[in-house]
Amino acid sequence: MSSTHASGGRRLAAAAPALGLVPFLLFIGIFLVVPTVTVVATSFQGADGGLTLDNIRALGSEAALTTLWHSIILAGSTAIIGGALGALLAWLVVSAGPTSRLRRVTLAVSGVLAQFGGVPLAFAFIATLGFSGVLTEALRSWPGVDIWGGGWLFGLKGLIVVYCYFQIPLMVLVFVPALDGLRVQWREAAVNLGASRWQYWRHVAVPLLTPAFLGSVLLLFANAFAAYATAAVLVSQGNPITPLLIRSALTSEVLLGQANLGFALALEMIVVVAVVMTLYALLLRRTSRWMR
Amino acid sequence: MTTAAPDTSTERGVAVHLQDLTRTYGATRALDGLDLSIEPGELVALLGPSGCGKTTALRILAGLDVATSGQVLVGGRDLTRVPANKRDMGMVFQAYSLFPHLTVADNVAFGLRLRRTSTSARRARALEMLELVGLGQHASRYAAELSGGQQQRVALARALAIEPSVLLLDEPLSALDAKVRVQLRDEIRRIQLEVGTTTLFVTHDQEEALAVADRVGVMNAGRLEQIAPPVDLYERPATPFVAEFVGLHNKVAATVSGGTATVLGASVPVIDGSITSGAGVAMVRPESVSVSASPTGTASVVSVGFLGPISRVHVQTEAGDALMAQLPSALAVGLAPQDRVDVSIAGTPVLVVAG
Repeated sequence: MSSTHASGGRRLAAAAPALGLVPFLLFIGIFLVVPTVTVVATSFQGADGGLTLDNIRALGSEAALTTLWHSIILAGSTAIIGGALGALLAWLVVSAGPTSRLRRVTLAVSGVLAQFGGVPLAFAFIATLGFSGVLTEALRSWPGVDIWGGGWLFGLKGLIVVYCYFQIPLMVLVFVPALDGLRVQWREAAVNLGASRWQYWRHVAVPLLTPAFLGSVLLLFANAFAAYATAAVLVSQGNPITPLLIRSALTSEVLLGQANLGFALALEMIVVVAVVMTLYALLLRRTSRWMR
Repeated sequence: MTTAAPDTSTERGVAVHLQDLTRTYGATRALDGLDLSIEPGELVALLGPSGCGKTTALRILAGLDVATSGQVLVGGRDLTRVPANKRDMGMVFQAYSLFPHLTVADNVAFGLRLRRTSTSARRARALEMLELVGLGQHASRYAAELSGGQQQRVALARALAIEPSVLLLDEPLSALDAKVRVQLRDEIRRIQLEVGTTTLFVTHDQEEALAVADRVGVMNAGRLEQIAPPVDLYERPATPFVAEFVGLHNKVAATVSGGTATVLGASVPVIDGSITSGAGVAMVRPESVSVSASPTGTASVVSVGFLGPISRVHVQTEAGDALMAQLPSALAVGLAPQDRVDVSIAGTPVLVVAG
């Protein structure tokens, strides 16, 4: 009897770490698996609940393809611009030293700005660069330059500028640890073997940082591709990007009865993000031998 | 005190002179007028406690640090203001200096790649160097796939591949476990003798320094206290600091007269640097002290430490001196705390300093 108790206790002890995962698995199940399954299933359902490929076919329409292309342009360009400028800023921060004020201030500000999106961000840009924005008015009165330019802020170009506002600080946050990981010994060993500063960067630092840089850029891509709130506030006419088209499909009275098209568009976004994640996995596989 | 070396270059290495090197960091003086000469093909070890300036000296020679004043001469050329990447020196760091994204062979060939050596030539040279350090079969591995000892071997091969004028070893064994450390230490010496490159080896481990070097320089507070062949340094320390740092020492009351010291009742010769007369303190090595069990002995055993082939016996004399004797374990068998023992010292010369 006592041995049965003992073995039961041992089993419980062995299962304890797995029990700790239960809340997490529940969360993932409710908020990731169920919505994903719903999106996939509903994408293949008609308004009457029957099985159909109409929603998937609708993804090939010119409007849907143009919107997808805009989304990819927006996510891709802000990932590249944010990645490049963020990496440069991260390098400046790391060069200033581990205890420098520049580092402390930049990281603290980046932590806030990387999460600064949605209505406040859109309003900030409208108040600055909108038709009656502070900067627009100031430059209009002197030196007489019109930066309003027909309202570019409220289209794709405007979204690119506004998204960079949170993409650059996000890049700083994720890339500083990679730069911190560059060991002084690698630089000194390279210099000792005859490398100039340029050769060190070309042959050592850049190859070492490339996986982290590309990984960060892919993260930025996914971040911008899925962003919704800022664009929803800034863009009041048309649906230049996929998240806004999904909103229209789900809520528009004009497109009434096309809610399931919204699910198909969401499925399209999942596929794009899955492609991005696959690229990242391939990248990691290439470097896994030396990145241990 | 330094030993001068001739300023000549030979086929097997170049002469190195560090002249009156000073390095200050704010109010801290890391180097304080260091003079060091290394003969062509010689391996000199710089030994000293943390913060004594030995690594600073090596880094200034490598060009990774800049002297506040003084000169660096290599093969008769003044390199004081020459950048590190133009100095043609090979360096092995403490650890973790291999480029992780390159294979072992590409690491070794890195310096040759910068020198635009052809792919086939640098591949051949890399394999030759890897054979030299016994890692020919690991050419296509990455650093993460090697043990610490293997990584340091690769680092040595990489440093030697460029045929440097000077080889610099910055505590290359300190991150390794004891057994690998001894193996690699002997291997470094074998390879250095084979290639004949002038070498500066920095370490805080006296056994390591004594085992590999042609001469050992003991540093203290940014200066060279003494530089001499290992045996001379061990047997004839020039200063109390050297005597204490190199090997363990007993400090015993002594009286000096006419070049002879009376220590524990025995007469022993004194070495250069000792006081010439009067009372002082003799630095007596543990291996010069003998103890033997005797019911009428003048000392008692405090403790016995067994270290395998040797044992260390701590005794207390009736006069109040605490002594440590180091003797073959076979002679220490049977000794236990509280045992009465006779204590005597060998007739080897001792350093006697003012008390």
